[in-house]
Amino acid sequence: MSKKVLVLGETREGSLRNVSFEAIAAAKKISGGGEVVSVLLGDSVADFGAELINYGADRVITVEHPHLKSYTSDGYSQAMMAVIDQEQPQALVFGHTAVGKDLSPKIASKLQTGLISDVTDIEGEGDDAVYIRPIYSGKAFEKVKNKGDIDFITIRPNNIAPLEKQERSGDVSSLSVDITNLRTIIQNVVRKSAEGVDLSEAKVVIAGGRGVKSAEGFAPLQELADLLGGAVGASRGACDADYVDYSLQIGQTGKVVTPDLYIAAGISGAIQHLAGMSNSKVIVAINKDPEANIFKVADYGIVGDLFEVIPMLTEEFKKVM
Amino acid sequence: MNIYVLVKRTFDTEEKLVISGGKIQEDGAEFIINPYDEYAIEEAIKVRDEHGGEVTVITIGGEDAEKQLRTALAMGADKAVLINTEDDVEELDQFTSAYILAEYLKDKEADLILAGNVAIDGGSGQVGPRVADLLDINYVTTITSLTIEGEKVTIVRDIEGDAEELETSLPLLVTAQQGLNEPRYPSLPGIMKAKKKPLEELELDDLDIDEDDVEAKTETIEIFMPPAKAAGRVLEGDISAQVTELVGLLKNEAKVI
Ligand SMILES: Cc1cc2nc3c(=O)[nH]c(=O)nc-3n(C[C@H](O)[C@H](O)[C@H](O)COP(=O)(O)OP(=O)(O)OC[C@H]3O[C@@H](n4cnc5c(N)ncnc54)[C@H](O)[C@@H]3O)c2cc1C
Ligand SMILES: Cc1cc2nc3c(=O)[nH]c(=O)nc-3n(C[C@H](O)[C@H](O)[C@H](O)COP(=O)(O)OP(=O)(O)OC[C@H]3O[C@@H](n4cnc5c(N)ncnc54)[C@H](O)[C@@H]3O)c2cc1C
Repeated sequence: MSKKVLVLGETREGSLRNVSFEAIAAAKKISGGGEVVSVLLGDSVADFGAELINYGADRVITVEHPHLKSYTSDGYSQAMMAVIDQEQPQALVFGHTAVGKDLSPKIASKLQTGLISDVTDIEGEGDDAVYIRPIYSGKAFEKVKNKGDIDFITIRPNNIAPLEKQERSGDVSSLSVDITNLRTIIQNVVRKSAEGVDLSEAKVVIAGGRGVKSAEGFAPLQELADLLGGAVGASRGACDADYVDYSLQIGQTGKVVTPDLYIAAGISGAIQHLAGMSNSKVIVAINKDPEANIFKVADYGIVGDLFEVIPMLTEEFKKVM
Repeated sequence: MNIYVLVKRTFDTEEKLVISGGKIQEDGAEFIINPYDEYAIEEAIKVRDEHGGEVTVITIGGEDAEKQLRTALAMGADKAVLINTEDDVEELDQFTSAYILAEYLKDKEADLILAGNVAIDGGSGQVGPRVADLLDINYVTTITSLTIEGEKVTIVRDIEGDAEELETSLPLLVTAQQGLNEPRYPSLPGIMKAKKKPLEELELDDLDIDEDDVEAKTETIEIFMPPAKAAGRVLEGDISAQVTELVGLLKNEAKVI
């Protein structure tokens, strides 16, 4: 049976996040030929509708309200439940992002459904869809099937490829919802994340650890990242030592990244760090300790001093690019 | 203040993991309190010490989970509850866990419930918000700071590296992120005292829960190790030759640049 699938679209700093397009691709598979409807919640989001259609959504529904300017679980769940009531979907796909992680369990609870979180791959289509997700800090994976009427998943960013963008047409409609009784008042958001490439969506990540030894030590990593159009990340060790801000932290507590290329410099490879990057397509480790755990997950390793290796790498990349 | 902490006994993922017969091998494995729940326990003790009241730690699990509950008591929690599902349910998912916890909590008039933001083994991060929704109380996830003044609660939470400052009120459920505090180690007197602290053991019957009400909504059909990567290649030769080789491999073999 084909399914109608609702997909939550998310914006960040004035544009749609890639994970919203990836979620449409996931929804297409789950729909088994059914309809994919993207949902946008915010204070002014209608302009993003057309782009979601171009990425494969059949329809877009927007809910605009001043109380939806900042995310709160109360505001977003009221809006989302109103859309669900109207549409009666057989499946839901959210990103496994800060918003998706916070909102999805509440919606699942209200619908009394299962929820399969942090999905990295989907096998089969329509009613036969089976979801793959990492468990045990990424040391193993499980295949999970939904047993109830509604398939509800969140997808890990950067794992499911978006559909190709094409000029398409589709209906963008709005639903008006009364948003009341917010129990959380957001007072301020201290932006710490760096400008430029979004770490969780970057295709190349150059990450440094305690081995980088200082804030200045990150300069050569930044130079290499800039050259490759990537972003700089860090281990907890480097954040705790104040070399970089916690917003660059990669791992279980920090961001989960799945770039095409991950270069780990001066990072030992603790399991909590691996949990945030072991799904990367190609991993390069640079560490002066040949026994470092990071070499166990690396595709290519160089045993050496990162302060010697990184600048040489930058020069070498310049030659071939 | 009436404070509850949801504690999960987890496999220590720093240890080696073996799958046999389609299951994670648990014999001889190390089990710990989920690290994010340690932050929750620590915060609960601090709140109690400042505002008075009582901290109760709750876990759903088998007999073995008593060890983790005793550790929480040794850290300073006052009471523990083990909801033992071993004889009743075989398959348990996040829906089931949240339902059972909420059934236990519904008449307890909790002012504050703390949980971890994610369990390092199951890794879904669902149980906290689900429990709050079932109890119809507000929740705030991934918190790094908590201040309570009367009914007013001021929180800083981590949202993908940015810090969000917000205000809300009790009753409330929060989930702990790393950075919230430094969990204490149980002291020797703490360990001695913990042996005498109350640990209540309940089964689904005691909570008037019917097995059918908690039937899992999802089903794990297979557990497997990540596809074995071709063994990583540690390059050799002098450093500049290695660097040249690496760039060549990334361009021509891995094709990522
Ligand atoms: C609940 C919990 C959650 C956690 N979450 C995270 C998380 O999200 N992310 C995370 O990263 N960690 C996390 N951690 C911490 C984790 O356990 C490690 O402590 C941390 O990842 C270590 O950082 P590191 O590799 O930079 O430092 P270290 O382990 O100190 O490693 C430094 C490495 O640099 C190498 N080195 C030194 N100098 C050089 C040089 N000149 N050239 C090349 N190599 C050099 C050394 O050989 C060493 O391998 C968490 C821990 C807990 C308990
Ligand atoms: C007896 C038993 C049988 C199980 N059988 C299955 C099975 O057949 N299939 C399957 O997929 N999984 C099974 N599980 C695992 C279980 O379904 C999940 O681990 C559980 O639902 C929690 O989900 P999670 O690990 O994603 O936790 P998360 O939602 O990530 O946990 C977040 C927080 O919720 C709280 N929490 C989570 N679990 C508990 C708990 N048990 N007690 C108290 N607080 C908790 C903690 O504060 C934790 O930090 C079983 C577990 C038990 C104990």
